[in-house]
Amino acid sequence: MPFVANSDADRTAMLAAIGAKSVEELFADIPAGRRFPKLDLPEPLSELEVLREIESMASRNVTASTCAWFLGAGAYNHFIPAVVPAIASRGEFLTAYTPYQPEVSQGTLQAIFEYQSMAAGLLGMEVVNASHYDGATALAEAVLMAYHNAPGRDRVLLPAALHPEYKDVVRTYLEAFPARIEEYRGDPAGAALDDKTFALVAAYPEFEGELRDLRPAAEKAHAAGALFVVQADPVMCGLLKSPGELGADIVVAEGQSLGNSMNYGGPFLGMMGATAKLVRKMPGRIVGEAKDHEGRKGFVLTLSAREQHIRREKAVSNICSNQGLVMLQTCVYLAAMGKGGLKTAARLAYDKAHYAAELIGRIPGFRVENKSFFKEFLVATPVPAEELAEKLSRRCVVPGLPLSRYYPERRNELLVAVTETCTKAQIELLAESLKEAAK
Amino acid sequence: MNLRPEPLVFELSSPGRTAVSLPKGDTPSYELPAGLVREDSKLPELDELTVVRHFTRLSQKNFSIDTHFYPLGSCTMKYNPKANEVAAGLPGWRNTHPLVGAEFSQGAIELIHKLQVMLGEIGGFEAVSLQPAAGAHGELAGVFMIRAYHLSRGDSKRVKILIPDSAHGTNPASCTMAGLETVTIPSNAEGGVDMDALKAALDDTVAGIMITNPNTLGLFERNIEEIARLVHGAGGLVYGDGANMNALTGVFKPGEAGIDVMHFNLHKTFSTPHGGGGPGSGMVGAGKTLAPFLPGPVAAMEGGKYVLRDPAKTVGKMKAFYGNFGVLVRAYAYIRMLGAEGMRRVAENAVLNANYLKSLVEKDFPVKYPRRCMHEFVAMGDIAPGIHTLDIAKRLIDYGIHPPTIYFPLIVPEALMVEPTETEDKEALEEFAAVMRKIAEEAKANPELLHAAPTTTPIGRLDEVAAARCPVLCYRG
Repeated sequence: MPFVANSDADRTAMLAAIGAKSVEELFADIPAGRRFPKLDLPEPLSELEVLREIESMASRNVTASTCAWFLGAGAYNHFIPAVVPAIASRGEFLTAYTPYQPEVSQGTLQAIFEYQSMAAGLLGMEVVNASHYDGATALAEAVLMAYHNAPGRDRVLLPAALHPEYKDVVRTYLEAFPARIEEYRGDPAGAALDDKTFALVAAYPEFEGELRDLRPAAEKAHAAGALFVVQADPVMCGLLKSPGELGADIVVAEGQSLGNSMNYGGPFLGMMGATAKLVRKMPGRIVGEAKDHEGRKGFVLTLSAREQHIRREKAVSNICSNQGLVMLQTCVYLAAMGKGGLKTAARLAYDKAHYAAELIGRIPGFRVENKSFFKEFLVATPVPAEELAEKLSRRCVVPGLPLSRYYPERRNELLVAVTETCTKAQIELLAESLKEAAK
Repeated sequence: MNLRPEPLVFELSSPGRTAVSLPKGDTPSYELPAGLVREDSKLPELDELTVVRHFTRLSQKNFSIDTHFYPLGSCTMKYNPKANEVAAGLPGWRNTHPLVGAEFSQGAIELIHKLQVMLGEIGGFEAVSLQPAAGAHGELAGVFMIRAYHLSRGDSKRVKILIPDSAHGTNPASCTMAGLETVTIPSNAEGGVDMDALKAALDDTVAGIMITNPNTLGLFERNIEEIARLVHGAGGLVYGDGANMNALTGVFKPGEAGIDVMHFNLHKTFSTPHGGGGPGSGMVGAGKTLAPFLPGPVAAMEGGKYVLRDPAKTVGKMKAFYGNFGVLVRAYAYIRMLGAEGMRRVAENAVLNANYLKSLVEKDFPVKYPRRCMHEFVAMGDIAPGIHTLDIAKRLIDYGIHPPTIYFPLIVPEALMVEPTETEDKEALEEFAAVMRKIAEEAKANPELLHAAPTTTPIGRLDEVAAARCPVLCYRG
């Protein structure tokens, strides 16, 4: 039997030692009629056969390994240096758990501290926690955090052009609270703030690609006594101003782009940063410096009076297991890319995206809708975007997201993402293929 | 274990270094948006070898399953098969995208579908959603479902969830996040739910109960069917916390015993690695009553094709996309390698190992509820004057063993919660017991050894109070 160490002889000896006649006897507390039900599972297979079966399923997906890839919309095909998986697959990291015992977890704890520090610098925040499940749940928890931070206020403003799945998750998380979720269009500086608004949320850039200077919005939010919450592209922060520099109080980001595969949507990395004065309201694990009795510096899970294992129903969140290994990958990625590498990757994505927009904008019937964008832009198409996506994907050019997937009435809009992994030739192939398919 | 202090990445940084080579730009360059160009992203600068040595050295400051016995109660630190990693690392999974469209991701949806079916069968549930990303996330989904069910019937006065005092902290915290009040139910003398207290708490304001079975004492809740009957009789629903499902695979189907909704931790029972804190997966299974409320999407088969659909009355999305897919691939590989017989063998050996270990340890470390245990047991560490569980835990480290869970459950003073799992062999258990015996002797003869422990690690016990009082949460240069 795989993964069970004891032999039949071991089991016999152990049963004798504990005075049991059979293994079944150990389950006597279970209601007799419910014990040992039949399990209708497929016959077990050897490792070789299982891997063969799984490989056959995996091969039925269209992937960025074999196609020209322009689909983003919340999951991006950025370059991952080999050093990232090499480190993250080490058993000492992979098969440890939450570092409850700091003396035997300094590796994980120091890595979290380094991640917190690098992510804080990148996002322009004073504190970053050790992760949420993904960018969407990080945003939902940030909105809840802002809600609990402002008793008496019950209104949050979301951009209409926020990722639709993020909107859904925020709605799910806020469902049980008497909070009003309202949407605004266009510049967040024009959102209708009032004295009941606890948070103004902005996307940097928006789901539909638009990139704005958020400083005026930050000022308006603060003037109205609301927290300014920004959902950001963390790769972009290697090149353009961080949300913190623009006035954000809380920043959330999807960290998948920073060293993690697209993985059909997970595991991803929810990043959350905040100003120092909000730290005791912040959900999630946080690592801090500490000293032992000899004055040696170490790292430890801290401020745990916020957390469920101490405060139970009074905790700021229920989060326990997080995305530790994904955080580690991002930590290694940020260290490996460094200041120069991340800036270069972001600049490559920016230039290539703008080149793609220029080529597509020249095709008769196509129009790029954005005034300003980073790596993703919205294209008005002369024929339904779903048709284009289907035709091109069959030819191994995945052109982007037809917006009709989320908004059925928006049939002729395609969201195109370009990263540093796309070549000039692939971009030209995309433009030619779109032109051809729209005929 | 690496005892040498390791500098922070920032302290290893030197201007102009890089660990990556990126392609040269092959397109024209475009002007950046005015006023938004950043001066400095504040990231460090290191060469590749320095990065590799740094993180390798850090890894050597960890205890892990691959390197040490790790009997962390309630966390099921079983061996994580390497085949799982190969399966999850296939380019066909890693490099596909959640929005590529069902037609172009049939393999991924097929795996989700097959795993839903297998987990539903193991738990005895009608339907399964793999969306939740961790156990607590599954709990939150479950209490959202219970709340939505009552509201869908126009019953808005059910605002309370009953929770035994032995429960994990995530249970009450999840209720708070779902806007529900928590009522604590005490345990009885044999470690189960106090049935009189339960009956007294049941009324038409009760939305349901959250119950962990086996509970955190490692004991099977013998009255489980009676509890479900009483709660259902009062109009409430039953949430099952599946953190301890490793004792029950192939042995007991909770869905057949009145549990309406339950999460399983794929990172515990189904062998996916804990990753230093995650990612996990907290799939939820539901019976007929709550299946329409499951978080979406779930995979289905329609007209010979795999599709993703939202259940009719779904509580909505718990996260973006479809759960921690990479974790799902690992759990799928594990269940396929074990099959029905293997799943039962897992539970049998997990329970046998725990009982054997309990029998070896309980003479030195008393167990509060001396019944047969399931997959884990809770002993107590205050075995000599001035000796506390913390001292036992720290001394175990000096003997190369990761400490058990300590000071939990809260209802056992000085708790030491030991879960060996089925992947440890008899010798590993005997070695642990021998170390515990030695520590028990030291506790009486030379308690200073325990108070000073650990002494074999890069640092000693840290001053956590000072760390929380003046928090340093970032490198400050």
